[in-house]
Amino acid sequence: MTGKPKVAVFKFASCDGCQLTLLDCEDELLALADAVEIAHFTEATRTSLPGPYDLALVEGSITTPEDAERIEQVRAQSKFLVVIGACATAGGIQALRNFGDVREFTQAVYARPDYISTLAHSTPIADHVPVDFELRGCPIDRGQLLEVITAFLAGRKPRIPDRSVCYECKARGLVCVTVAHGTPCLGPVTHAGCGAICPAFARGCFGCFGPARGANTPALIELLHQQGESPERIARFFHTFNAASPAFAKASQDAAAPEDMP
Amino acid sequence: MEPSTTARRAVITAEALDDVLIALTAAGYQPVGPVVRDSAIVLDALGSAADLPHGRGTETSPGHYRLRDRSDGAVFGHSTGPQSWKQYLHPARRKLWSADRDPASGDFAPEPVAEVPVRYAFVGVRPCDLAAIRILNRALRRDENAEGPFIVAVECGDPGATCFCASTGSGPGCTDSGEGYDLALTELTGSAGHRFLVTVGTARGASILDAVPHAAAPQSAVMTARRIVAEARGRMGRTLPDTDLRVLLARSAEAERWDDVASRCLACGNCTMVCPTCFCTSVEDTTDLTGDHAERWESWDSCFDIDYSYIHGGAVRTSAKSRYRQWLTHKFGTWHDQFGSSGCVGCGRCIAWCPVGIDVTEELAALDETIEPETAR
Ligand code: SF4
Ligand code: SF4
Repeated sequence: MTGKPKVAVFKFASCDGCQLTLLDCEDELLALADAVEIAHFTEATRTSLPGPYDLALVEGSITTPEDAERIEQVRAQSKFLVVIGACATAGGIQALRNFGDVREFTQAVYARPDYISTLAHSTPIADHVPVDFELRGCPIDRGQLLEVITAFLAGRKPRIPDRSVCYECKARGLVCVTVAHGTPCLGPVTHAGCGAICPAFARGCFGCFGPARGANTPALIELLHQQGESPERIARFFHTFNAASPAFAKASQDAAAPEDMP
Repeated sequence: MEPSTTARRAVITAEALDDVLIALTAAGYQPVGPVVRDSAIVLDALGSAADLPHGRGTETSPGHYRLRDRSDGAVFGHSTGPQSWKQYLHPARRKLWSADRDPASGDFAPEPVAEVPVRYAFVGVRPCDLAAIRILNRALRRDENAEGPFIVAVECGDPGATCFCASTGSGPGCTDSGEGYDLALTELTGSAGHRFLVTVGTARGASILDAVPHAAAPQSAVMTARRIVAEARGRMGRTLPDTDLRVLLARSAEAERWDDVASRCLACGNCTMVCPTCFCTSVEDTTDLTGDHAERWESWDSCFDIDYSYIHGGAVRTSAKSRYRQWLTHKFGTWHDQFGSSGCVGCGRCIAWCPVGIDVTEELAALDETIEPETAR
């Protein structure tokens, strides 16, 4: 390979917020354009160069048979495949369909449901092809995205800690909203990365970055219960952007049926 | 313990706290101390004594912290909050060096970060935190003779429900030993007016006192201060089990209690971050997009993070059980072997700020109950 590494950005079922984060890297955008060749990024440029690509950033989940095929092609053309955001890493908010009947939804919403070709489930990219790195968040954090790109360019491991949001909250010197205000917060079971944005505004964590490794959701459910939250509300806390991540899917199920919990 | 009879003592009015801050600032210190923010008492820069939490007390229990109003208008009528002096002595994130590639040779030359040392004056250091500063400095191998921050300690008259400094021997008073502070205050709010008994610990403490309006301490004020601290000792919220914790923990490695606590523990790491003596860090190198600039950063880490025990081939402590055991055993047991004292000063932060209210004193008591007495003692 001669010249700069070729980077491509692909979109699947998603809102575009994560790839927008790349354009949001205002201060670093020129350095990025210097360091890599943007070969395919429809949100930014009409130019589309054919593969193979050195690094593919993939946003979105797989929700149609066509996309299930397309991701295979992306994988085949990409040396490194990094998936970005809650859709690509957990199925996204659209994975709420996984807990319902998608045919029923299409019939309720569309005049001609027979025009709709969609899969019963919204699934993360890693369910379909091998993935080199999963960057969490809804949306992803700009600094973390740059770190991942930089790390892949330098051939090193990205510095993305897999720990609870509490680490970031305490490192910022914030006051714990659960302990000091009694506010329900998913921080202790949520993957760090956002920089504890919500606690900084005295809000509880919504779990945008999905479950932290080894998250003890039963213990948090018990705490939320003690804080006076109903089983339905607790189940709903886990039923957002990362609803279909295995740990949060199980948590919402556990919360809704507390008697079945271990 | 009898208070030292040789220490110089004086009495200042509550209003004179402002003069103390003015004198500290004039002497080149930047005063930091307790202020109210986001419904908690945190540490921040003090512009004047008006910034201090006048008339605010704290109500703590496992996993719970609330501010309350005090009728006596006490300035230091609170117990420890979510932060500690660690944030100044051992900040959460610190750049160690940066390096740029020399375009000619292609080599890197690390440039140490020029740290401009801030001359802090820590105002309102509780006795437990005085002990914590000592322990932290020892763990970080700081030079004990180097000039540290100016310390205005305050003895405790109203311990919180999560405090147990009497068990760890680090409070609620600090003037008997005369160690670790430049000035120590005992707050007197009785019928004789809102005053502070000041005990001088060092020469630089004496020179600050000299710059503040003060009167010689009457014996009655000294007696009152002594009584306040003695009563506080009798009102400790919690106690540690009366046993040799080193031995207890050494024998408890296989205790069933670890499974029980692991089922409740979120492994969120809050306990280690609020602990004034937990010092663990990780060091990480970063590069920028060009690959021509690199930086090395040190940041707080925790034994509750799975990657903290990562060695070649994987993490050693993958279960929450092994991580909780590691923390408690180190803090109360093997810390003695490593640093010659316990790692706990009884401040109670880890109890109050654990979201699920796991209580170290209760966990130790439970271990003590299950271990055969003849083997534990
Ligand atoms: S003991 Fe409490 S604060 Fe510490 S890791 Fe466990 S849940 Fe978090
Ligand atoms: S272990 Fe808990 S009580 Fe002991 S010093 Fe640390 S935070 Fe304070």
